[in-house]
Formats: sequence, structure tokens, C-alpha cells
Amino acid sequence: MKVYLDNGATTRCDEKVIERMKKIYLKNYGNPSSLHSLGRDAKKEVDRARKEFANYLKISEEEIIFVASGSEADNLAIKGLSLAYPEKKHIITSKIEHPAILRTCEDLERNGYEITYLDVNKEGLIDIKKLKELLRTDTLVVSIMHANNEIGTINDIESISKICREKNVFFHTDAVQSLGKVKLNLGNIDLASFSAHKIHGPKGVGALYIKKGIRLKSIIKGGGQERGLRAGTENVPGIVGFAEALTSLSEKEIERITELRDYFIERVMKEIKEVHLNGPLKERLCNNASISFHYVEGEGLLYHLDAKGIAVSTGSACSSKSLQVSHVLRAIGLKHEIAHGTIRFTFSKYNTKKEIDYVIDSLKEIVTNLRKMSPLYPEEK
Amino acid sequence: MDYNEKVIKRFSKPKNVGEIKNADGIGKVGNPRCGDVMELFIKVKNNKIVDAKFRTFGCVAAIATSDALCDMVKGKTIEEAKKITNQDIVNDLGTLPPIKVHCSVLGREALDAAIKDYENKKN
Ligand SMILES: Cc1ncc(COP(=O)(O)O)c(C=O)c1O
Ligand code: FES
Repeated sequence: MKVYLDNGATTRCDEKVIERMKKIYLKNYGNPSSLHSLGRDAKKEVDRARKEFANYLKISEEEIIFVASGSEADNLAIKGLSLAYPEKKHIITSKIEHPAILRTCEDLERNGYEITYLDVNKEGLIDIKKLKELLRTDTLVVSIMHANNEIGTINDIESISKICREKNVFFHTDAVQSLGKVKLNLGNIDLASFSAHKIHGPKGVGALYIKKGIRLKSIIKGGGQERGLRAGTENVPGIVGFAEALTSLSEKEIERITELRDYFIERVMKEIKEVHLNGPLKERLCNNASISFHYVEGEGLLYHLDAKGIAVSTGSACSSKSLQVSHVLRAIGLKHEIAHGTIRFTFSKYNTKKEIDYVIDSLKEIVTNLRKMSPLYPEEK
Repeated sequence: MDYNEKVIKRFSKPKNVGEIKNADGIGKVGNPRCGDVMELFIKVKNNKIVDAKFRTFGCVAAIATSDALCDMVKGKTIEEAKKITNQDIVNDLGTLPPIKVHCSVLGREALDAAIKDYENKKN
């Protein structure tokens, strides 16, 4: 049996998405900047996709910019603001952001910016009161992710953005993991990053929401595409596919995924000893279960699951290029050896209960074997 | 991770897992780089290692090298076993991804510790 439980990494494309994209590749393949009818038709497709996006997010069409990834959207948000408002040299973010935000902030730090990296509690939530105290007149932007990609924590960004608005500080959120899954009211949010491939859209397409009135400077220069904010011939099929993917998850499907997730968590907690769930039970992404299996190392667990056709990911130090435990697991205070045995299971609408049962059976067997092999596992257990 | 077939095979079905009751030498070492732990047990008769078993909390490479090491030391005299280098362990498995070579060092260190323990006990 093949079971894909790594939907936090990327997802299978939806058939409807592919169909719409195929039409663009084969028929509407013009360059939206061309003057002839093929070009004009391609431009119409991009406009239509933008309109779908705007309707979905209840914003206006000029407020969305298409880019080539969620990472690029994050880079453009932070760097673009820093270039447009150079007098403000302080940024607040959190310790559990995606590397696209963290590395961008570190870049600015090397150029004289002061960055405050907010701590999170053991569930991955930031302290909103603390944030309020840290806002300054020279704070350029607060960037806090909506849903965390590793442990699934959903931060209350509506409250956070409200506080920022009151203090006249821009608020950006990386909503890559939550788009299409968690209701989002962009009311006080100034910028938000999105990516298509996490919601059954194509890879290599992202979008940045920029509230009207906010100046931003481009980081990729060239032709004047995307109102001069992002040069490069538009990825027309990708953009159209992204718009289609927005509605790839119905309420009902989200409900079903949530049920699968809860069924999985409940059974694992009950049937395998000495495990725990990372992140909160309630404020949690509908498709994420991050579980630490004590006394075993995650890379080994991952490979055993892989041999059984099950795809997951891990926060183990051994599996990272830097041999360091994931920064998110460190930030929530997991002990090194426990973080080591942490596996992320991320579900999608394509998963079935039968698959989940198979995964649980496999896990039980593998964890038992690895524990037998582990010098950390207390005997007599 | 780019593991070759031999490594994956060793890792999937290790032959030498476990502990030896009344072992003549026990080596327990930790890996300072990623925080993993290996325990090596050896049984020695007439200065020859006749059995070796391990328990490892570590990655695919750590488990594969632990298992390979056990096979390598069996039948060797203490002096011969002392000469085994971590490169020998890597060679036995073909190759390891460069970032994983340090896991074979863990094996080498566990062997050192087990031999030392054996020699201490003997004297
Ligand atoms: C929270 C978060 N932000 C940003 C990204 C980057 O998105 P992309 O892969 O489109 O660059 C990801 C996905 O890896 C993510 O999970
Ligand atoms: S034991 Fe940690 S990387 Fe190999």
C-alpha cells in the first residue's frame, strides 16, 4: 500500500487544476505582455485568476501579486517593505517561522537591522501581550505565521494584527499552510504570503497580498509585470492553476480530514506507549499531527515507514543538513532526544481511513523494533 | 538522504541487535554532533572476539555501521580489532553520504570503549 502523509511538504495536484492548466499550455500559451490576440487572451486568463483570488479573499484585484513561490512572497514582503521604508530598522518575528522569513530577517540583521525573535510557548503560540510591549515607533513590520508547518499551531493573527494596526506597525503573515484550510479575515492584515502547491495546486507559484496604500519595492527587476512589483513573464498556467486550487478543499472535505487526523491521533496515543502530540489540540491545522515517539530516532523511523510505502517527514537532527534538531521543536522546548523521534504526519483529502489503519499498524511494529534496539529505552518495559 | 542499497539493507535487517549477557567488554558512547548513543557488547575468548552485539539510538547510517562493525570484529583478535578504522567501516558499506561519516566514527569509538573495558576487566 502507498500512503502519502507528507502533505505539509507538498500535495498532489487536483484533476481540475490540471485540466485548466492544460488548456493554457496547449491553447492560451501566449505571453500576457504581447499585443496580439493570443497574448491578450493570456492576459485575460491572468486577470480572471486574479479576480477569483480577490473574490475568494474578499479583497480587490490590485491587492494580489503573483510570484514564483511562497518563499518569494515572504522575501518580497519583508525586503520590499525594508526598501520602501528605510527609516524603520526594527522587525519583530517569531522563533518558529519558516526559513524564508528567518533567513530574510537574518540578512537584514547583517545590514544593521534589529530583529526581535519572539519566543513561543510549548504549544507554539506567541505571547500577544509581550508583543504589544515590544512594538516601537521604528518597528517596520511584525511577521507572524498563521499556521506552523511543523507542529500545526494556528496563531491568533486577527488579534495580533489588530494590535499592530493600533500602533501603526505593518503586519505580515505567512499563510502558506493555512490558505484554503483556515478561515482568514484579512481585515487588519497588511501583507500575506501564499503558495499553490500546498493546496493541490502546481509547484512554483505563490502570491502576496498587499493591502492598498502600502508601498513596496520590487526585489526582482525587469519588465513591468505585476504592477512593477515582480518582473518576469507571468506563469499563466501556474497562476490559473493556483486560482482553481483555492476552492479545492470544500468545508466537507476539511471536516473529513479533521476527523481522519483526530482518529489517527487518538489511536496512536492509545495504542503506542510513551508518545506525545506536539502543538495544541484545538488551535491546530486540520491536516497536521506532529508526534514524538520517545526513545527512537526519527530518520530511522522514517525509512522504515518508507519501506512500507508510507511517506512522512521528521524533525530529527540526524535528518537535517546541519545535524541540528528542527528550530521549531527547539523553540517549543522539546528535549533533544525527544525532538529526535518526532514525525510529522500531514493528511489530505486523498487519504482514507483504511490507509490510516495501515499506518498505525506499521507504526506499532516499527516503533517496537526500534525501541528494542535503543540503548535509551528502559528495560523492564 | 542518499543511502546506497547496502546501507539500507543493513539498516532494515540488522543481524547483531541486542545485548550480550556477561559480555567481556561493553562500550557506550555518545555522538556529540547529533546526540546519538551507541552501545557495543563483545564476548572474548583466547584474545579473540567471538561475538558482538549492539544497541543504537541513531540514524540509518548509525544503525547500519553498528551492524557492519559487529560483523567485522567477529573472529578478530583484540589487536586486529584495534586496527579497524572508521574508514574501514565506511568501506564495508560502500559509501556513506558525507554528512553521515561521523556516524561511523561513533562505531569506532564504541569499539575502543568496549576493548578498553575488556582490558580493564581482565587486569
Ligand atoms: C509556512 C511555510 N512558508 C513558506 C513555505 C515556502 O513555500 P514554497 O515552497 O512555495 O516556497 C512553506 C513550504 O515549504 C511553508 O510551509
Ligand atoms: S546518528 Fe545522528 S546523524 Fe547519524
